[in-house]
Amino acid sequence: MYRGILMRLSQAVPVLLIFAVMVFMLMHLLPGDPALAIAGPEASAEAVEVIREQLGLNRPILVQLLEWFSHLAVGNFGESLMLKQSVVSAVVERLPVTLSLSLVSLVITLPAGILLGVVAAYWRSSWIDASVMVVALLGVSLPGFWVGLLSVLFFSVHLGWFPPSGYAPLDETGLVAWLASLIQPAVVLALFQIGFLARITRSAMLDVLDQDFIRTARAKGVDEWTTLAKHAFRNTLIPVVTVLGITLSLLIGGSVVIEQVFALPGIGRLIVQGIMNRDYPLVQGTMLLFGFAFVVINILVDIIYTLVDPRVRYG
Amino acid sequence: MAAADNTTPLLAVDDLTVRFRTDEGWMTAVDRVSLAVGEGEALGIVGESGSGKSVTALSILRLHAAATTRMPTGRIMYGGRDMLGLSTREMRTIRGGEIAMIFQDPMSSLNPVLTIADQIGESLRLHQGLDQATARRRAVELLELVRIPDAARRVDEYPHRLSGGMRQRVMIAIAIACRPKLLIADEPTTALDVTIQAQILDLLRDLQTELGMSVILITHDMGVIAEFARRVMVMYAGRVVETSPVSALFRRPVHPYTDGLLAAIPKLDVDVRRLPAIPGSIPDPTAVIPGCRYSPRCPIVEETCRREAPELLAAGPEREARCPPRVAALAVERVA
Repeated sequence: MYRGILMRLSQAVPVLLIFAVMVFMLMHLLPGDPALAIAGPEASAEAVEVIREQLGLNRPILVQLLEWFSHLAVGNFGESLMLKQSVVSAVVERLPVTLSLSLVSLVITLPAGILLGVVAAYWRSSWIDASVMVVALLGVSLPGFWVGLLSVLFFSVHLGWFPPSGYAPLDETGLVAWLASLIQPAVVLALFQIGFLARITRSAMLDVLDQDFIRTARAKGVDEWTTLAKHAFRNTLIPVVTVLGITLSLLIGGSVVIEQVFALPGIGRLIVQGIMNRDYPLVQGTMLLFGFAFVVINILVDIIYTLVDPRVRYG
Repeated sequence: MAAADNTTPLLAVDDLTVRFRTDEGWMTAVDRVSLAVGEGEALGIVGESGSGKSVTALSILRLHAAATTRMPTGRIMYGGRDMLGLSTREMRTIRGGEIAMIFQDPMSSLNPVLTIADQIGESLRLHQGLDQATARRRAVELLELVRIPDAARRVDEYPHRLSGGMRQRVMIAIAIACRPKLLIADEPTTALDVTIQAQILDLLRDLQTELGMSVILITHDMGVIAEFARRVMVMYAGRVVETSPVSALFRRPVHPYTDGLLAAIPKLDVDVRRLPAIPGSIPDPTAVIPGCRYSPRCPIVEETCRREAPELLAAGPEREARCPPRVAALAVERVA
């Protein structure tokens, strides 16, 4: 198994290399550059050119790319142009926020999505199934930023239950304040995931309930609950685990928008700021870390697979 | 219908009717079927796909798809009680405990994520209250009983490591785990290689004698019936068309449909280029056929056959057939 994981990690190297080139190219294709942002709107063309010279932006693009790579090779992600700090420290500073948001959101998503899917499948074509599917459809269809705004308006402004924005660090303000600052964005972020997961779980469960081995279980005299929980559920998890990787990726992607809406100082917000300011090293470095996170998530999913399905072996 | 002996049969199905909901409306899959199985008896049910034989079997344990099937009507008498009137809880104690069932496709009938030990043991824990360790020990014994080599090692494996024949043996082990009085085998050999088929049939027959079970064997294969059953029931389009002791049926079939089935068995001593087949196909279950349901395909069809639906008529000792012309002809023969 360890060999398998090492294999997968080494396969990730070319993937990340291609990804890095794409991120680099996309950033440099954007109109405008960091020199303009740093110099400000009032600056003369000469002043901007001087800054460009200092940052090395006037050199051929291939040279800049190779330079970035040579730095990456020794683990140097470079300095942010705007923040006057290293990319790594900027990311590490904001990582807890995004991790907290994703984690709380995942903790809400998994039980809610799977439970809704199972319930809908078990009472298929009943009003229960229909209502769950409507909720799931709303979850995947409503844009997160809009639901987020409405939610702030109602729960924060009108009811005053949760802070409308900002992040309360766990180690400084304690569990309650931390949760209060995250629960709203986490739920909004989870809505889409729940809808997605519920639909996948429902169809997986319907497939499983039609299988011959479910009939075998009933023929043995197994009761409905055990049939569902023991015989059907683990088989349902097999396709659900497959989409778990996608769900996690969507969670990270979705956090970019949600962090904006709720003014959470996380990595998503860092990326948006970086893009606005054309902070090349910052955006490239952060995106590369995201890419690495996706690779790790997919390896984790493959490992979970082996736990759920005895037919699958790793490596 | 008379059972094999004069005492009350183990299981007596009376006028069982099962109706399904389909896209084209309600259809009758099983139409007033009656059958009886005595203690230790082997009854064969034979018919084409769509004849209602599997639905009949599933209905006995009430395992038909609940969402699309109306509750069967009629009576299924077992142990002095009508099983159609039992609560689901009472039904569960019978399923797997007193009446067990094995199915056609062993590849999909076992749960892929549970070990063999767990799947056999579940039945034992449920009906006999055994603990995990004892159930596992019993599971090994049962695997040995169904002649799976290296049972002590096999018991901890998952189904995907076993071949089709081995999986059907495991299914049989699950079925006989609690010493059921009746085993319903729904096409147990259809999905298997010919050599494995014979082994499984041998095994079933040996277990039947060893454990003294009654068996209902459902098949479309007349050869399997000849080898296994003592009495046979032929079904066509949801109805029983003939019931008979097996030997008598092979010697002299009464219903023309049975003729057709027997003629379709390949014979080793006769060289034929093409096996005879019954012309046409089984009618669509939603189709309305006024008279005898076999009349559109019947070679000896008469005018009345197309108008009047025939009843099952006595056609000799322990024999009944749903074909008035043939039964009448037999009677004349006997008198002459």
